[in-house]
Formats: sequence, C-alpha cells, structure tokens
Amino acid sequence: MVKLDSKIPEGHISEKWTNHKFNMKLINPANKRKYDVIVVGTGLAGASAAASLAELGYNVKAFTFHDSARRAHSISAQGGINAAKNYQNDGDSIYRLFYDTVKGGDFRAREANVYRLAEVSNNIIDQCVAQGVPFAREYGGLLDNRSFGGAQVSRTFYARGQTGQQLLLGAYSALSRQVGLGKVKMYSRREMLELVVVDGIARGIVCRNLVNGEIEKYSAHAVILATGGYSNVFFLSTNAMNCNTTAIWRAHKKGALFANPCFTQIHPTCLPVHGEGQSKLTLMSESLRNDGRIWVSKKKGDLREPNEIPEEERDYYLERKYPSFGNLSPRDISSRSAKEVFDEGRGAKGQEAVYLDFEDAIKRLGRKAIEEKYGNLFEIYETITGENPYNVPMKIYPAPHYTMGGLWVDYNLMSNIPGLFVLGEANFSDHGANRLGASALMQGLADGYFVIPYTIGNYLAADKPEKLSVDHTEFENVKKQTEDLTRKFISINGKQTVDDIHKRLGRIMWNKVGMSRNENGLKEAINEIRELREEFWKDVKVPGDDKDINQTLERAGRLADYLELAELMAVDALNRNESCGGHFREEYQTEEGEALRNDEEYTYVAAWEMEELGKWKLHKEDLQFEYVKLSTRSYK
Amino acid sequence: MGWLSEALGSSIGKKFVMAFTGIGLILFLIFHLVGNLTLYGGPEAFNGYVHTLDIVKPIIRVIEVGLGLVFIFHIYNGIKLWWENKKARPNDYKISGKSKNSTLFSRTMIQTGSIVFIFLVLHLATFWWLFNFSGEPHEKGDAYYAIVVEWFQIEWYAIFYVIAVILLGFHLNHGFQSAFQTFGWNHKKYFQFIQKFGTAFAVIMALGFASFPIYFLFFYGGN
Amino acid sequence: MSGKHLNLKLKIWRQSGPQTAGSFVDYQIEVSPDDSFLEMLDELNNKLESEGKEPIAFESDCREGICGTCGLVINGQPHGPIPKIATCQLHMRNFNNGDTIWIEPFRAKAFPVLKDLIVDRSGFDEIMNAGGFISVNTGGVPDANDILIPKEVASESMDAAACIGCGACVAACKNASAMLFVSAKVSQFALLPQGKPERFRRVEKMVKVMDDLGFGSCTNTYACEAECPKGISIRNIARMNREYFLAKVKSKELEV
Repeated sequence: MVKLDSKIPEGHISEKWTNHKFNMKLINPANKRKYDVIVVGTGLAGASAAASLAELGYNVKAFTFHDSARRAHSISAQGGINAAKNYQNDGDSIYRLFYDTVKGGDFRAREANVYRLAEVSNNIIDQCVAQGVPFAREYGGLLDNRSFGGAQVSRTFYARGQTGQQLLLGAYSALSRQVGLGKVKMYSRREMLELVVVDGIARGIVCRNLVNGEIEKYSAHAVILATGGYSNVFFLSTNAMNCNTTAIWRAHKKGALFANPCFTQIHPTCLPVHGEGQSKLTLMSESLRNDGRIWVSKKKGDLREPNEIPEEERDYYLERKYPSFGNLSPRDISSRSAKEVFDEGRGAKGQEAVYLDFEDAIKRLGRKAIEEKYGNLFEIYETITGENPYNVPMKIYPAPHYTMGGLWVDYNLMSNIPGLFVLGEANFSDHGANRLGASALMQGLADGYFVIPYTIGNYLAADKPEKLSVDHTEFENVKKQTEDLTRKFISINGKQTVDDIHKRLGRIMWNKVGMSRNENGLKEAINEIRELREEFWKDVKVPGDDKDINQTLERAGRLADYLELAELMAVDALNRNESCGGHFREEYQTEEGEALRNDEEYTYVAAWEMEELGKWKLHKEDLQFEYVKLSTRSYK
Repeated sequence: MGWLSEALGSSIGKKFVMAFTGIGLILFLIFHLVGNLTLYGGPEAFNGYVHTLDIVKPIIRVIEVGLGLVFIFHIYNGIKLWWENKKARPNDYKISGKSKNSTLFSRTMIQTGSIVFIFLVLHLATFWWLFNFSGEPHEKGDAYYAIVVEWFQIEWYAIFYVIAVILLGFHLNHGFQSAFQTFGWNHKKYFQFIQKFGTAFAVIMALGFASFPIYFLFFYGGN
Repeated sequence: MSGKHLNLKLKIWRQSGPQTAGSFVDYQIEVSPDDSFLEMLDELNNKLESEGKEPIAFESDCREGICGTCGLVINGQPHGPIPKIATCQLHMRNFNNGDTIWIEPFRAKAFPVLKDLIVDRSGFDEIMNAGGFISVNTGGVPDANDILIPKEVASESMDAAACIGCGACVAACKNASAMLFVSAKVSQFALLPQGKPERFRRVEKMVKVMDDLGFGSCTNTYACEAECPKGISIRNIARMNREYFLAKVKSKELEV
C-alpha cells in the first residue's frame, strides 16, 4: 500500500531546512565507512552527490553508461546558474528566488523544496568557485552576473556559454579526487537495468557491463538515482543521444511512483529539423531573442525566400499578440505560438520553422555590435545549417528540452521506496510545471552537494537498513530476468530497426503529447503507443550478440521503456484537465488563447503507481501555497 | 638525488634535457661559425685563429669534453625519445593527415638529426682529427688552411657538407623555438618573434656554413 | 534543406574486439549535404541493421561539440578537415560528390580500440584521479567574492578549462602525447588563486601517471593545437613545463 508523505518539516518556510538539519539523526564519522551507497549517473547531481558522500566517509559506488563521468548531458547547459547572492544590489534575496521559481513553475511545485533550493543556491556558487570553476569576472576581480528569463534581477552566474560544462567538470574533479583516494569506486560503461527491492527496501542494482555484456549485481545500504530526464521519448530533442529513462522507469516498475510525467519543457529557440536523417536537435541560446525579431509570412504556403517577402506581408506574431513582452515572451508561450503559425500553414518556406531575423538589429546597432554579442552563436548556426544569419534570417523551431516530471520524492529526496533516493532532473521536485532558465544546474548541484549528504545520513541512522549479499536470491532472480530480457531483444529478429520505431513513437508524442494537447489526441496517442509497443515486441530487429559491445541492444532496451513511459505521459496529460506551464490542454484556455489553470481541482502532484502495464493508479499529493499567492501569469 | 633522476627521466624532463643541450649546441654553432669566418680572411687569418686556440689548448680540451657530453646527451635522449614515442602509437593511421596539422621540420627531427650526426662523425674525422692529432699542421704553420681547401675541393665531400648543413638548418628551425616552448617561455606577445628569429637563425647558420664549401669549390682562386 | 544528395564511398575501420586484427570495409552511401557526419553513419547503421548486419560501433552523445564523446579520424585528421569543431559538428556539405572518405579510430597505445571506432580513453580519467582537482570538501568554503580574480586571469583559466577531454590531441600527435589535455587542466588550476596551494603536487602527480600510462612525450609539433576542437593553446604546455620544473626544484616533497 503506497502512502504519500512529503515529510515537509514544521515551522516557518525560512526555518524548515535549518530545523530539519538539526533534527536529523547523524552518523558518527568513524561509522560512515561502514555504509555503502550506490550512485547511478554522474551528471551534476550524481557526481556532486558521489563526491560529497565520499568526502563524508561513505563508501560510494558510482555508475555511468558513459566511458567517463565527465560526459553527462549536464555538460551541454549553456546559459548559467542562478543564485540569490544579490551581488548586484538589485533587490534579490532567497525569498525572491523562491518566489520567482514557484511562479515560473506555474504553482505546481512544492514550496518547501523550492525554498530550500533558493537557500542553498548561494553555497553552490561558493563551492564551485573554491573548486576552481572559472566563472566570468568583472575587471575588479568580483563575479559577474547576467539576467535571464522569468526574473527581474541579475542573478545568473556564468562561464561563457559553457556554464554546464564548467560546473560539471568541477563536480567531476571533486569526484575524481575521491576516486583517487579510493573512497569512490567508479564503474563506467555500466548501464543500470534493474533496481533490486527486498522487503520493500531498495537494496542494490543490476547493471549491464556495456563492454562485455555481463549482467552484474551490486548491493548497498542505499541507492541514489541521478539519471536525468526523458525528453528523448520524442526521439528528436535537445538531449544527448544516450539520455534515457531506463533507470527511473525500471525503478517505477518496481514500485517507485512517477510524478507529473506530462510536464515537459519545449524550448522555443532550437534549430529546425533538416530532414529524415536528423538525429537530434540543437538549442540556440535564448538570448538571441533579445535582438532578433520572430516572424512568418502572412500568406499560407508562402514558399518565397525570406528576403523576397516584403515588410507588409510579414507577421511578427509575438509582437502582435504580446505587445509588452513581444519576442521575449516566456518559453511555453513562444513555443506554442510557433506551432500555431505552422499549423496554419505559414511555416518558413512551408517547413516546421519560423524566422528569427536580425536585419533590424543590424541596421540599428551595426553589424559589429551584433557580432560582439552573438558572433559565436551565429558561427554555430552557420556550421550546422550552412547559412549566414547576417544575410539570411535564422530559422528556428521549438524542441523538447527538459522534463519537469520524474520519480516522486519526499522532502528528503527519497522516493516511496525506502532507501531509493532520486536527484536532479530524474526527480519531479522543484520546477513544477515549467522550469526557469538557469535553474536546472542549480537544482542538480543543490541536491547533490547540499541536500543528500544530510538526508541520507538520517535515513541510514534512523532506519538502520541492512546491506544484503549479492548472492541473495532476489539479486539472482533479478539478474536472471535481466539476462532473459536482454536475450529476448535479440531473439525477436523482426524487420524494423530500433530507430525507425523510435522515430514513429517520436512523431506520435510530438503531434499529440507535445506542445499542445487535447482529449481526443491524447486518447488516440494512447492507442497508437500501445499498438506501436506491440509491434516493437513482435517486429524489432537487433543484430549482434549480447556478450559484446552492442549499441543497438542498448537502444532497444531504452526504447522499450520509452514505449511504456509514453503511455503514462499521455495518461497524465489526459488526467490533468487544465493548462499549466509546459502542459497546454487546448480545451482549457482563455479567450485570448492563454493557459487556464484549474487551481480548485489540480493543485496537486500526480504521482502514478503502476499496477500493471497500461494500468496506473493515481496518488495525489496536495500542494499548499502558504507563502506565494496563487495568481495568473500574464505577459500581455 | 633520486628526485633529480626521476625528474630528468620523465617525459618533460627528457624534453628539458633536449632543450638544454640543444641551446648549448646552438651556442657552440655560433662560436664555430664566427671562428670559421676567418677563412675568408685568407690563410694567415685562419691559421692565426687556429694558433690562438692552440695556445689555450687545455681550456679548449675541457670545453671539448663538455661539448662531447652535451652532444652525447642530446643524441642519446633524442633517440630514446624517438623510440619511446614510436611505441606510443604501435599501429599508425592508414591515411596520414600530418601535413595538415604540423610542419615538416617538426616531424623530421630524428631524420635531420641522424644525417647531421653522420656528418659530424665525418667532420670530426677529417678536420678535427687532422688539426689535432695528425702532427703535420703543427710543423708547417699554414697547413690548417690548406687542409680546409683540400677537403672542400673534393666534390662529394663539399656536396655532402652543404646538404648536411641545410638539414642542420631544418633541425634548428624547429629546435630553436622548440627549446623556448620546452622551457615554458611561450608568451602571446613574444613567441611569434622567437619563432621568426629561430627561422632567421637557422637560415643564417645553414647559409653561413654552406658558404665555405661553395666558396672553396667554385670561387677559390688557388685552383 | 538544400542541395543534391552526395554519393560517397566510405572506407571504415572494423575491428571486432581489442585483441583481434581490424581492417577497412567499403561502404557506398547516398547522403543529404545537410546531414551531419554522424547522421550519415546513423543512416548507414540503420541500413545495416535492417539487413540484419552488425552496425558500425562508434560513440557520440551530445552532438553539440561539448561532451567530448565523439572522435573519429577522418581522412587522417581527428574530427575531420574543418578546424575547431568536433566530429559531431562536421556536416556533409563540406564533402564533394564522389569523394572517398577514410574513417579510422583514434590510434594510440594508451587508447586501445574496444570495437570498430570505439577506443578506451579511461587513461584520461586516471590522470584526473591523480591530481586534476582542487582539494576542497563540500561546505566550509569562503564566500565566492572573497577571492578576487582578475578578469584576464579568469578568462585565461577558462580558455584552458574549455577542454572537452575528447582525446583528439593524443590522436593527432605523432607521439600520441597527452600533454595538451594534461596541461589544460594543470593550467586552469595553476592560474587561479584557489589552485595555487597544491600546484606542485598536482603537476607532479598528473605527469607521473601520464607517463606511466604509455602516452608519448611532447616534441612540440603543435599538431594537437591544430586539431583541438576547442582551440586549446600550446601555451598551456609551456606553462605546464614551467610548473613542472618549479615543482621539481622547489617542492619539498621528495616523492609524490
């Protein structure tokens, strides 16, 4: 019987974390080495957690499917990381960062978690600087800040356009130090395939060694999943090729609740799809919208070159619809508007794309100024598309980018399975229905550096879990099941390739569970996903051997999980009869076409328990807003 | 002193030895060329120069031993580096892209160095041995100059000499700036100048030394 | 979006495992000029898979040139003919119809081939484990603005820190030397005040592990800098040399 208890501590919001830290049980330093902790994933959350726990004295086993811990997709984050330092004297505070994040998330996040996130944001910056992260500086030697969407203060710290890289390498270097000291045992090229649960408690994991194909068993006193998001369910997304849902999905199948799976963020400024061969989408920094103007032709099916379309025949639709925010409207709104004009048949040259035009900005500021601001981005654009954005307007289109949903966790970041902790993008906790820019890095590091080191100690001290031997029958069973499943993929020997099926899944998701959703579409999607899933299990083709490097086999396993998760995403979207943040239901909008929240009925976290495949039970965690008043976002 | 041998035996240490000995040899080359220029002053000037060196023979001998050691270290380390570096890539690429990312000079140090070494042996066996140990020149005061003339008028010797010093120029073109890089003296503002200076130096050395056989083979009136 | 399809002949290195001998296999492919190089390989693999043949094993992840996972030697050049990009950022419009393209794995003793075009670069991690960090534990650090760092120093440190650890420097160097990679990390920390306390220990340890792993030594051909997708400068190598001499001469630790 699953019971949701968010375990939010008592007291005023600003004292909850402090009190909680004091009330938690501690483990004496000499005893910490008696505990083993498994950390799956070595992105910002995983690497920072593994390093911090090892520093405290725990024995950590860290797992990544990459060849090195440094490759996790956190590395691709460009813009920056938020913190409430108020170095700019512009009125920032922990409370304001908390407030902005709750509001930005369209009031679907847990207040206490968000407040804690804002509270530790400052420690993150201190920690990263101490580690040698070369943040941008002013001439006087102090740290520089920039501003970002959804905030009226400058609170974003950055390292050129590579903030994610620098933060990840910082966490990776801390992790490397612990590996060198022998406190972390690093298992690279291992993919977690199962969670081992005995007596309702997480005891360890089963992995596939991606080099020799062996199925390996690992046991510990606690398991931490920090395995990122699931945007690749869309096939085309800005996520890295290997990002997948397998770890959290298989944990879900072992009883962990999956929360708000339909909350996905579609980023408005990505490069459009060039053709069938497209493997993934590339994000262009949102900062481009500061000077670029977004438009399409007023005519349907206009196939003229952009430069041949006269000014009066252009529709600057964001400026028209949202005169006060214009091209700087929030991510969800900009993305949806682009889809609308494409659906009307007005996409750039008939393609799924809109123009982002710098002609006016170049006229106004001069080419040199534009070059200084965006030269680097223009180069990237030209490398990829072969077109020069100084002469021809850029083409952009929205793409799946981040998933706010994830495994349900309580205030301690522990799932409903005792001993299973979930950090970073893999959990659902802090961003509600929409994530603000520069907040993903903040959450990953907050969870890993400053939350889990405390809360895991409390679990180990209070619950006194026992570490089982990997020879335990359940480990053996799970290993056997995993081996059977792995061989099954190869034995199907059908006709369709993994990618072909994945692309079809992606199209269903993009069209019906993407930027805007409706009841009929979602119901159709559920049926289509089920059919496709059946087709997959009958007709997929996986060549090669399971006892060898077999990348097709890896992808097949991941796709099998996506084919199940996709259904739950649609189920969740169908259940949520409101529009909020990244979730837009066409039936629930204002007359002007704006998202219409239903706070009466849906101010809850939808946490799904899988009863059997295709059948989920909904558990609701009601959200209380005591400190931020529920209000409607307006960007008119 | 275990730390020292460990330091010099490391990859960076070996490079340091190469650079340090290389700079020593560069200094020697400068003195050698300047001294040799007395050949253009005729027999008296050149013989006088050699006689002067004879007077301070004990000091010269000490320097020669030092120089010999420098040569040996440079050559031994160079060969060792080359051999170890070859082992670092046991299977080479089918298609070589090297010409697109590095200069010929930098890639052929072992080849140019080897030919210069062969030349060095021959050079010592001819001039240095004859000057020092044949006994003859000391009796006849002007014989040094004559020995030089005699050898440089042997065609194969002169041609080999010219080729060898051109390759020495190749070697120096890379080696000069490389030594600075190895010592860590690479600064945004100055390194380009060092590279250009190194090239100019290499050209001057090659032309300077090559001028002697060319002069005596083609332009020397004594024939 | 543009242009006619290209007909290309690919000669791709296939090797079933670390112990087996490999060879080049010929493939013919028609590809859109808008495809990236890796998308071309995806398409080829998809075709092979549908025919029940084993696809070509190669690694990639972010496909934005930042994770450092991809790395192929294309016609003799790591990451291909265009400077300052990773393999994943190379697009087919840079090739001509009818071209023959040779695709090889990174080759170095310290980077053994695991399969086809996948090599084992874990040596880089071992070097990092030896000293590629600043020894601070989580918590208990000074306020970020307590440490003043001149803008140009932070910027120079960032130039070095931009390294993506792809290994192209090793692949390009005729000696398979890892000096550019190691020196980038040494430089990043040596430049910053936070990294100064253990600068000697760091460089000594990292160089020692680098040498033990069988990477060659630097002979200043600068091929690494020319092929580096992030344009990491060889000035970092100069700085590391300097750090190393100073460490050996001044450090009071006899053994590291």
